[in-house]
Amino acid sequence: MSVVETKPERLDGWNRPPVILPDGEGELLEVAMGPHHPSTHGVFRMDLALDGERVVRLKPVFGYLHRNHEKIAEQASYLASMPYTDRLDYICSLTNNWAYALAVEKLAAQEVPERAQYIRVILGELTRIQNHASSIGFLLQEMGASGTPLMYAFKEREKILDLFESLTGSRMMCNYMRFGGCRVDVSAAWLDAARKVVAGLPQFVDEFETLLSSNEILMARCQGVGVLKPELAVNAGVTGPMLRASGVDYDIRKVDRYGIYDRFKFRVPLGDHGDVYDRYMVRILEIRESIKIVEQALKEIPTGPIMDAKAKIRGFRPKPGEAYGRIEAPKGELGFYLISDGGPNPYRYRVRPPSLINLTVLEDMCLGSNVADVVLIFGSVDIVLGEVDR
Amino acid sequence: MLGEGILKGMAETAKNFFGSYVSKERLTTVEYPEERIPAVEAARVFPFLVYDGADWEAGLRCVACQICEKECPPKCIYIDKSKDKKPDYVGKQQFYPTRFDIDISVCMSCQICVEVCPFEAIKMDNEFELATDDRFGGLLYDRKQLARSNEYYHSIHPTEASEVDARLGEEKAKVEAKAKAAAEAAAAKAAAPAPPAPTAGGGS
Amino acid sequence: MEEIKAAIEAAVPGAGVEFVPNPGSAAEHSLRLVPASAIAVATFLRDDADLALDFLSNVSGVDWPDKEIAEKVKVTRTVTKTVDGIEQQVEETVDETRKRVEPGCLEAVYHLYSVAKKHGPLVIRMRTGNRSDRVDLPSLTPVWRAAEFQEREVFDLYGIIFTGHPDLRRLLMWEGFKDHPMRKDYVEPDDYEYEPTPHDQVLARALEHKSRD
Repeated sequence: MSVVETKPERLDGWNRPPVILPDGEGELLEVAMGPHHPSTHGVFRMDLALDGERVVRLKPVFGYLHRNHEKIAEQASYLASMPYTDRLDYICSLTNNWAYALAVEKLAAQEVPERAQYIRVILGELTRIQNHASSIGFLLQEMGASGTPLMYAFKEREKILDLFESLTGSRMMCNYMRFGGCRVDVSAAWLDAARKVVAGLPQFVDEFETLLSSNEILMARCQGVGVLKPELAVNAGVTGPMLRASGVDYDIRKVDRYGIYDRFKFRVPLGDHGDVYDRYMVRILEIRESIKIVEQALKEIPTGPIMDAKAKIRGFRPKPGEAYGRIEAPKGELGFYLISDGGPNPYRYRVRPPSLINLTVLEDMCLGSNVADVVLIFGSVDIVLGEVDR
Repeated sequence: MLGEGILKGMAETAKNFFGSYVSKERLTTVEYPEERIPAVEAARVFPFLVYDGADWEAGLRCVACQICEKECPPKCIYIDKSKDKKPDYVGKQQFYPTRFDIDISVCMSCQICVEVCPFEAIKMDNEFELATDDRFGGLLYDRKQLARSNEYYHSIHPTEASEVDARLGEEKAKVEAKAKAAAEAAAAKAAAPAPPAPTAGGGS
Repeated sequence: MEEIKAAIEAAVPGAGVEFVPNPGSAAEHSLRLVPASAIAVATFLRDDADLALDFLSNVSGVDWPDKEIAEKVKVTRTVTKTVDGIEQQVEETVDETRKRVEPGCLEAVYHLYSVAKKHGPLVIRMRTGNRSDRVDLPSLTPVWRAAEFQEREVFDLYGIIFTGHPDLRRLLMWEGFKDHPMRKDYVEPDDYEYEPTPHDQVLARALEHKSRD
C-alpha cells in the first residue's frame, strides 16, 4: 500500500497520511471505536491511532445524536422547552428540569416556595443516587463483569423510578419542575414510600461495596489508570465527580448554595490520585452523602404551596435580559444561558453540557494506555450522548 | 490474603442466588407478558378525549379552543373547529371539534395539553401496547379513536376524576343557581303591580 | 464590576474594555472586549492573584442579524410652487421615511468562574465585524483549555472562525456540511420524511415536496 503524499490544510477525520514510526517499522494502526459499540455509552466514535496496543492519538467524534435542541427552544415557548430538557441527560431528567427552571427563575425574578424547594432537593438527590449507581454498574460491565453489579444497581434504581412514576407520571421523562415551583404536590403516602426506599438504600450501598470495592481485579484494573492532574482538570473546565476525584474541592451545591442546600449537613468526598478507582470511590461516597441529604429533607419538609402564586403557565414573557443558571448535576456543572427579548420564546438558549466538556481531557488521560484501559477511562468520565450532542 | 476481596464478592452473590429460592424480594424479575405490574395511578402515556354520558359525539367536553394545539411542543395535535354550536354540560352553546387528530408517533407524553386545557376535556391514558403494522395512518388517532367515556377516566385515574367531577359539578351548580335567581327575579317583576306614575313637582 | 474593569485597564494598556449592562432582573452585567487585546486581557484575568478566574464555564455564540430600521427624517427641499399666481422658490419641509440596514454581527460570550477563590461569574463578550466576511475572533483556547470543544461548536453552528485554535473543525455536524445551523436565517433542507400531521408551513412544504416526486 502506498503512502499518501497529500498534506491536508486542516486536521480532518481520515485524510491524514499514515504516521511512520521512528524506528521505521510499520505504521500506526488506525481504528475507529464506535459509533456502533457496546462500550461507548451511546453513539460515540473515537478515532484511535494505536502502536500495537498503546494509544498514540485519540480524537473523539460525536454529533450522531445532534437534534439542535437549542434551535427548537428558540422556536418553542419557555414552557414547551421543559419536556425537551428531560431528553438532554436522559437518565437524570429531574436535575435537567431543575437547572432550566433555575435559569428561568433567575431571568424572571421568581421566588420558589419552601415546600417546592424541599421537594426539588429530595428528587434531585434521588436522581443523583440512581445515576451514580447505574454509572458504576456500567463501568463494571465494561470491565467484563457481565452485568451482575449492573443488575444490583438497577434493582435499587427501579425502586427510585417507581417513586418518580407515582409522583410525576413517568419513570424517566419526568417534566416535573415548573418556573416558580413544582407541577404536582407530594402526598403523605408518597413521602412514606420515599422514606421506606431511602431506609433500604444504606444496606444496598454496603452490599455494593462488599461486592466491588476490595475486589482485587477491580483494583488492579482501575488504580493508576487514567490519571488526571488537578491543574489540567480546572483549566479544561472539568466538573463533577471527575474534578473532585482529582482532589479539587469544588461542588456547586456548596459554592453557589442554590436552592436550600445550605440547610443540609453533608460532606464533599475528594480523591487523591485522580484515577479511575478514585472516580469510582467518589461516586460511592457521594451516594452515601446524598442518602443523608434525602433523610434530612424528608424529615424537615414543611407544608405549604408548591408554586409561586404569581407564576403564569400560559403567556409567560420574561422581561428582556439574560441569565446563566447552573446546578451540580450528577455528571457535573449543568448550566443554562438564556437571553430574553421580551417575547414568549427565548432569543438565545444555550445548554452548558458537563459531559461534553469533561471529554476535553479524554485524549490526555488515554495517551499511552491500552485499548482496554481506554474503555475503562471512557466509562469513568460517565457521559450521556443526549447531553453531549443535544 | 490475596483474593480475599474476590471471595467476599462471590459470597455476596451466592447469598443472593441461594436466597432467591427462599425470600421473595430477592427474585425481582417480572415475567412479562404473563405477569404484569399493575399501572400506577399517575402513569401517563398518550392523551384521550373525555366525554360525559352515553353518546360520545354529544357529550364530548372539548370546545375546540385550540389552546392544546398551540401549547403542544412537538405540534402533534391537529384541530378543525366547527361552524355551528352544540350545548355543553351546563347548557351553554359551544363550538366542537369536527377534526381532532393526534399523531402518537410524534407525541412525547409530556402532558402539557392536559395542564393547559381549561375545560377538562383532554386527559392522559395509560395504555402502551399500541403497536400497529400500518406505517402511514396507524398511529394517527382521530377523535373517534381518542374519545373515551368519563367512567373509563374514573377507572384509570380515580382521585383525579373525582376531583374533576367535583369541580364541574360546582360550576354547574353555580350556573343553575344563577339561572334560578334570574328566573325568580323575572317572575317577581312580572307578578308585582306596576309602580304609580311620579307626581309632577314631587320630591324636594 | 467597575473595579474589575479598572484593574484590567491598569494591567493591560489599551485594552478597550466596555461595560455592557444587563437590563433584566438577573443583573449579570458583562464586559465587552476588543478582539486585538482579548488574549492579553484573558491571561490577566486568569493569572491575577485577586481575580484568579481559572475556570471557563461556558462559551456561547449569539447571532444578531441585520436590522432594517425605518426612520422618519425631516427633509427640507426647495420646490417651485405657484403662490398667489407668481412662481416662486419655496422651502418645504416634509417627513420622509428612510430605511437603513444596521449590520448585524456574531457574538461569543464567555462565563468565567474561580475555583481557587470560589467566586464568579464574570461574563465577557466579543463581537465580530459582520456576519459575512469578517467573522474571525481570537481563540481563548491557549488560555483556558475548556474552550477547545466549545469554540469548535460555535464555529460549527454559527460560523465564527477562531484564529489560534489548535484544531478548528466541525464538532456536531458532519464534515462537508455547508451551512451554519444556529443562525437566525438558516433554512432547513426539505428532503425529510413526510409526516402525517404537520401544521401550517411545515405541511405546505411537505405537500410541495411530495408533489414533486
